[in-house]
Amino acid sequence: MRDYILKRLLMLIPVLLGISLSVFLIMQLVPGDVVSGILGIEQTPELRVMWEKKLGLDQPVHMQYLNWMGNVLRGNFGESFRTGAPVFPEIISRFQITAELAVLASFTALFIALPLGIISALKRNQPIDKGVRVAALMGVSVPSFASATLLILFLSKAFGYFTPVKYVSFLQSPGTNLEIMVLPAFILGASMAGSLMRMTRSSILEVMRQDFIKAVRAKGATERITIFRHALKNGSIPIITLVGMQMGSLLGGTVVIEQIFSIPGLGQYVLTGISQRDYPVVQGGVLFIAFVYVIINLLVDILYTYVDPRIQYT
Amino acid sequence: MQAQVKQRALPGNESVLRLIWQEPLGRAGLLGVTLIVILAVLAPLISPFDVAKMHPKAKLAAPSFVYLFGTDHFGRDVFSRIIHGARVSLVVGIVSVSISAGFGYIFGMIAGFFEGKTESVILMIMDVIFAFPSILLALFIVSALGTSIVNTMIAIGIVNIPVFTRTVRASVKSVKSMDYIKNARSVGLKPAVILFKHITPNVLAPFTVQATLALSGAVLTEASMSFLGLGIQPPNPSWGSMLSDARKYMEIAPWLVIFPALFIILTILSFNVLGDALRDVLDPKLKL
Repeated sequence: MRDYILKRLLMLIPVLLGISLSVFLIMQLVPGDVVSGILGIEQTPELRVMWEKKLGLDQPVHMQYLNWMGNVLRGNFGESFRTGAPVFPEIISRFQITAELAVLASFTALFIALPLGIISALKRNQPIDKGVRVAALMGVSVPSFASATLLILFLSKAFGYFTPVKYVSFLQSPGTNLEIMVLPAFILGASMAGSLMRMTRSSILEVMRQDFIKAVRAKGATERITIFRHALKNGSIPIITLVGMQMGSLLGGTVVIEQIFSIPGLGQYVLTGISQRDYPVVQGGVLFIAFVYVIINLLVDILYTYVDPRIQYT
Repeated sequence: MQAQVKQRALPGNESVLRLIWQEPLGRAGLLGVTLIVILAVLAPLISPFDVAKMHPKAKLAAPSFVYLFGTDHFGRDVFSRIIHGARVSLVVGIVSVSISAGFGYIFGMIAGFFEGKTESVILMIMDVIFAFPSILLALFIVSALGTSIVNTMIAIGIVNIPVFTRTVRASVKSVKSMDYIKNARSVGLKPAVILFKHITPNVLAPFTVQATLALSGAVLTEASMSFLGLGIQPPNPSWGSMLSDARKYMEIAPWLVIFPALFIILTILSFNVLGDALRDVLDPKLKL
């Protein structure tokens, strides 16, 4: 097992290099040069040379990449062009907010999808199954920004309720923090639940067809034990994979919801970076998100062995 | 039994459509997609007003017989903007899916057929693209290239290449070991001939399903990007940006929010339903 993890970590290196290289190269495509962006109308040749030297832009492209990577590996993601604040600490503090949202959303999704998916599989082709399948389709198809906007409209019209505008962290005030997070988490969770419900349903259907379920039933196990101890456990690998992938994609995918609910998460940080042409912020943020995504996928693979000890990595 | 019947009926396109039509959900998807396509194609003919035309006297007018879906804060007709928005959504969707499908097809074919180092390199590139959340990568690419309708299509196109590569590669691998391909090789056919003439037809079914589903994804990504102001730029109407602009006025003019949202949902839902129905028909093994 330890060897496997080591091997996987080693295999991450080319992928991470590829990620950093593509982030770097895409940034090279940016039209106009960065220095003009910073200096604006105050541009003089002397100032220009000074800034080019300061940002390392006077060196060849491959050196720029190596310098940047060297700094990144030491946790130095550069400083924001706009605020001058170092990017990395900001990314970490924003990441905590986004991670909280992603975890809450994933729990919401599991809470909705598991029971409904199981019921749907057990009552296959009955009205309740059809209802659940239509609901799942809606979950998959309704974009979160559309449902969020409609929900905000509905809550304000029907109950005169408005979501808090100013973000408060969980440590400052747990109650207010949860009040801020509950709607966005619910909306993200509901849209995640759609595909999760489908996956649970097909996974359980697949397992229930197998011989060992017949054996479990033959030995006289109750329906509850058959489903929860045997079917769900054996059918959970694709479900875990999907939750892992969804959580990973939420890290950057919450950007729209963060924008709507004014949550200062990682997505919003990168988005503001994009609109302000604050390249260190964009570059660092995107790199960090892709990195975490790859790590989550690795963790999911490792988690498999705990759920299903038959899976052995060598 | 049912699966066998469906498999036998596979060859003609006509029978695929008929089989989709037989399922209530398939019928709903087909109708929804047809409606959106008709609206998009006939937009200039059926839209009552010019999309950019402002009616200063009718700002934020509620839906009526003159303005079917009401007007926005500039007094522009929402109905006209929505049907032109359908055009933008579909064009962006189709072009970007063509980009992803085209590159995905080529990469998937090469990776699946030649294996070895070529395959590892292609898969690694795909893993790298896959490591970025799709909306974020699309935004990132657009921020570097600049916001425009073409760049939006390129960005969404690049983001979806890995899904197609993986689908095609998996199908190629499953077909490759079959006897008829071995025969084709043993009689000395060139790889290109085997790939296009003998393998491609077997890859088409999952490929078509993937394309339909990717279309709904592309429409969603475009709408999200435009919602954030980094997709389709004014004066081109886009459902995403219409929805985003409308948020300021939604208390007094809820129709500005409701109609674009409904059309986004209708489009994505229709393509998803059609994609599901298509999968059931083309690949009955997957139907549970």
